[in-house]
Amino acid sequence: MPATPTEPAFVRREMLAQKLPPVSERGAIKWLRENLFSGPMNSTLTVLGLIAVYYLLRGFYPWLSNSVWNAESYRECRDIVIAQSGEGATGACWAMVRVRWNQFLFGLYPVQEYWRPVTAFGLMLVALAPVLYYGLRRPNVRMVGAVTVALVLALWGLGTDTSHLLVCTAIMLALTAVAWLAPKRLVWLTLLFPLIAYFLLWGGSVWGPVGVLIGIGLGAGAWWFAQRSFGVVVAAAIGLAVAVLWWLVLHTAITSALYAVMPLELPYVRSDDFGGFLLAFVIGIAAITASLPIGILLALGRQSDMFLVKTLSVGFIEFFRGVPLITVLFSANFLLLYFLPPRTNFDLIVRVIIVVIIFASAYIAEVIRGGLAALPRGQYEAADALGLDYWQAQRLIIMPQALKISIPGIVSSFIGLFKDTTLVALVGLMDPLQGVTKIVRADTAWKGIYWEPYIFVGGIFFIVCFGMSRYSMYLEGKLKTDHR
Amino acid sequence: MTIAFDAPKPGFRPSQLIYDTRYRSYTIQVIVLLLVFAVLIWLLNNTIQNLAERDKDINFGFLFNRAGYDIGQQLIPYTNDSTHLRALFVGLLNTLVVAFFACIFATLLGVTVGILRLSKNWLVSRLMTVYVEVFRNVPLLLWIILAFVVLGETRPGPKEFKVTDEMVAAGQQPVGSMWFWDSVAVTNRGTNIPAPLLDRPLGGFEILGVPINFSVLATLAVIFGSIWVNRVLVARARAVQEATGDRPTTWWKSLLILFVPVIALLVALGFHLEYPALKGFNFQGGINLAHSFTALLIALTVYSGTYIAESVRAGILAISRGQSEAAFALGLRPGRTMNLVILPQALRVIVPPMISQYLNITKNTTLGMAISYLDLKGTLGGITLNQTGRELECMLLMMMIYLTLSLMISAVMNVYNRSVKLKER
Amino acid sequence: MADAQKKMTVSDEVAIQITGMNKWYGTFHVLRDINMTVMRGERIVICGPSGSGKSTLIRCVNRLEEHQQGQIIVDGTELTSDLKNIDKVRSEVGMVFQHFNLFPHLTILENLTLAPIWVRKVPKKEAEETAMYFLHKVKIPEQALKYPGQLSGGQQQRVAIARSLCMKPRIMLFDEPTSALDPEMIKEVLDTMIQLAEEGMTMICVTHEMGFAQAVANRVIFMDQGQIVEQNAPKEFFSNPQSDRTKLFLSQILGH
Repeated sequence: MPATPTEPAFVRREMLAQKLPPVSERGAIKWLRENLFSGPMNSTLTVLGLIAVYYLLRGFYPWLSNSVWNAESYRECRDIVIAQSGEGATGACWAMVRVRWNQFLFGLYPVQEYWRPVTAFGLMLVALAPVLYYGLRRPNVRMVGAVTVALVLALWGLGTDTSHLLVCTAIMLALTAVAWLAPKRLVWLTLLFPLIAYFLLWGGSVWGPVGVLIGIGLGAGAWWFAQRSFGVVVAAAIGLAVAVLWWLVLHTAITSALYAVMPLELPYVRSDDFGGFLLAFVIGIAAITASLPIGILLALGRQSDMFLVKTLSVGFIEFFRGVPLITVLFSANFLLLYFLPPRTNFDLIVRVIIVVIIFASAYIAEVIRGGLAALPRGQYEAADALGLDYWQAQRLIIMPQALKISIPGIVSSFIGLFKDTTLVALVGLMDPLQGVTKIVRADTAWKGIYWEPYIFVGGIFFIVCFGMSRYSMYLEGKLKTDHR
Repeated sequence: MTIAFDAPKPGFRPSQLIYDTRYRSYTIQVIVLLLVFAVLIWLLNNTIQNLAERDKDINFGFLFNRAGYDIGQQLIPYTNDSTHLRALFVGLLNTLVVAFFACIFATLLGVTVGILRLSKNWLVSRLMTVYVEVFRNVPLLLWIILAFVVLGETRPGPKEFKVTDEMVAAGQQPVGSMWFWDSVAVTNRGTNIPAPLLDRPLGGFEILGVPINFSVLATLAVIFGSIWVNRVLVARARAVQEATGDRPTTWWKSLLILFVPVIALLVALGFHLEYPALKGFNFQGGINLAHSFTALLIALTVYSGTYIAESVRAGILAISRGQSEAAFALGLRPGRTMNLVILPQALRVIVPPMISQYLNITKNTTLGMAISYLDLKGTLGGITLNQTGRELECMLLMMMIYLTLSLMISAVMNVYNRSVKLKER
Repeated sequence: MADAQKKMTVSDEVAIQITGMNKWYGTFHVLRDINMTVMRGERIVICGPSGSGKSTLIRCVNRLEEHQQGQIIVDGTELTSDLKNIDKVRSEVGMVFQHFNLFPHLTILENLTLAPIWVRKVPKKEAEETAMYFLHKVKIPEQALKYPGQLSGGQQQRVAIARSLCMKPRIMLFDEPTSALDPEMIKEVLDTMIQLAEEGMTMICVTHEMGFAQAVANRVIFMDQGQIVEQNAPKEFFSNPQSDRTKLFLSQILGH
């Protein structure tokens, strides 16, 4: 702006009104210009993108639009498509999903027992309520109530026999009442849920889980009394010893005695019969819930000043992060029985869940370690200066912040874990992807079908995993309290 | 380092074991040690009892017995008369070769997608987002099996590639056709690609059953030599620039140095490609890739590509816009800005997750088992294990090998991180 | 401020006794033969160039740092490796940090009630009443339900002071409480500290605020290279420094 000395002095008397930008700079044209055709490079990309979209649509659109939902075999599907759209037309055959729906969901789980996994799933949602909204009456009641309605409808839709339907309804109504009267008490359901779920899913005598519960109770009691005078770690050792003693010495005798007196049981379901998404969810949810606390302990161990604790934690974490999950799963199949007392033979699914928990906790530990490392030193010092002890500082100050920082990492570990549940097919379990799909494709009625089962299974995995990742983003935004 | 120089209070009370910071950590460690030992002894005792019960021992001698099974894809000579140990190595090489190519392709794909996802082009960035989200949120195993099934079921059989006289007369096209100017044939049995051959090879020899090929060695030597000479050239150009301020033009010299010697050597050795051709009922010539290999490679590439794309995107986003504005304000052109300012910083963020992705690819090759790809898991942990019944030994050996691979890749990552950190100071 | 000095009385009871204390970081001798006695109600200002060990010294007083030689007795409790003693001392001694170190995931009120509830086992309601009392005292009761990230630096530091006070400490340590603050916020924090001094709190402050030292301190201690070089009443210290190091330091710090 060369201001020439001849330029006259200037004063504006009237302010200029706002004007619209030129046509080329507004509306759809502007958007197109800016976003699609801002330069030769960009225009080329747009054209290439359009071509790609065109080919995708040309390949998939007719196939999807000719979908067939009602047929008894793949051949029938094809005939319907040809009858509708002429020779050479292609069409998706979703009828297979309809016919095999139950198998995709439950595998070979006995049909008359379908109410059990469904109830377990409903109870899990109820158990989740206090985790999400601890002590808040209204959201708890709303969630438990919604689950009650959905569960009763689902059970009724599955054709559950009246007695079980009534029992489940009564239990759910009782839980809703608890949520209304004492929302904090719902935590007890959360704590008991693993045992309840085990009993519902596998069945057998009710006294087995009760015995396990008694063991845990004795251990916790011993811990509580010892912790006052010996510190947390020593007390944990004592508690563990008490619990192990109970399980090794008294458990079997007492539970079988109780069973003789009061034979309460559900029909036993073998692990081989578990399958489909039921299996994926059982393994995924069990591993997710258990790996988080173990991962936290491992991360703390890795940060510890104590050489032995640190070395053990590092060795554990690095070993399980270094080997592929399949080898670990095969160890569950082949090796775990070598390491347990002779002639113990427990369920393959439980074995798989145990090793998946161990495997996942190593990954979680690393994620949490990152969160711990991101915390400023001053937080530890302030906690010390206020006189909080190690476990109080961890519980009240360090972990809430470290976990919040690690949410994205933790959730992506969970997503990875859930996707990895498909690998259990390789040790002979019937997961939805390989196990069930293989059975379907081996059936002569559905011979030659391949896109549909994979798209269906992939779609469900996509919904769950994508949902989890979006939820973690939402949570991250919601929990942001430090506006630094 | 708690050494008290002042005289400790006379008398040692047992309660000090818990309340005294000097002893407390020892107390806890001793308890942990005892617990660990107890568990280890329990496990060991169980293992010994179990082994005794099944009349087994721990013995790696089986590795030197005849394997007795065939492996389709073998990079080193192997027959079913070879030992289990050799089968192990064949499997390990199969693991490494598929991991190697998957890493390269996934990097190419991931970097492209990561950059395109940041592009201002609305359509392209949306398409890339859809690709990333779809492929990341569905299990890898599904992509592997789907790729395998689709290759096997949608591709025509070899005989459908045949062009008969009647079809020529009728002006018909065969159902199947080869791709890329008749050089690649994908049939329902496998993929045939052109094979590089030499008319005048330099020969080779074998050490311990591992063939050493002089032609390959010579080519590699020439390539590395060229790269080294090129670095000298660039270093010299930099020296000239530092001395005089002017940078001599080097790009055409670099091109000459990098490509002419290799091409000359290949011409001298009589390099040519052998194309696959339909003979009888199947394609002959070229390299035949089994679908298990191709499907595993494709699935690993598209799946891991999404993760690499995300880390590339995050790396570029991590460099604030301020950096490029500062460089522009200093008068650096966009190309220089990228090379001198953005990339050095972005790489520091991008490379570590990329290397851990390579680690994941290597571990994920084990999923090839679902489509009978005979990698380390398939040979040592699969057929060998089932034939010999040596579960303990096979699993231990296999885990140790995978662990070694992982630790090697982690070591590379640590070296990189350390070198980047030094530059930071 | 001059009458502030008068109001504050020093008792003849010993609050902190440090004798022959030495500390090393590895082979680096950070604190060398420290001897000092603090009476109850005394206000002490420690100054000195950076790296002279002044922060380390007060961090030894509540054992955020371990000393390797010598004796530290706080309120009649000797600091050794005995955890019970450490816990006892820490609940008697409050500390304020340079970077506030508030807990960003808790509201101001939760920050204040956390330690009373978990360490002193005070009922929640009572702890909250105490917290509000001290928030009134540092003049920000209206911020009780906000998060630390929403407050200015000066407000955060006052919350940090209130947080320490909620534990009803008998001794307060200040580790450069105003160094991380903007100039206009320094005053509000110093006012709070002066108010505290007037109420007779035993205080040790590491600070470069010489005005504060002149207004409230009974004694100023100058440290360099890990040792106490000079200590004197503030008037004497500033008007008539004895050692060359002190003179150099004072000329640098007051010179502009």
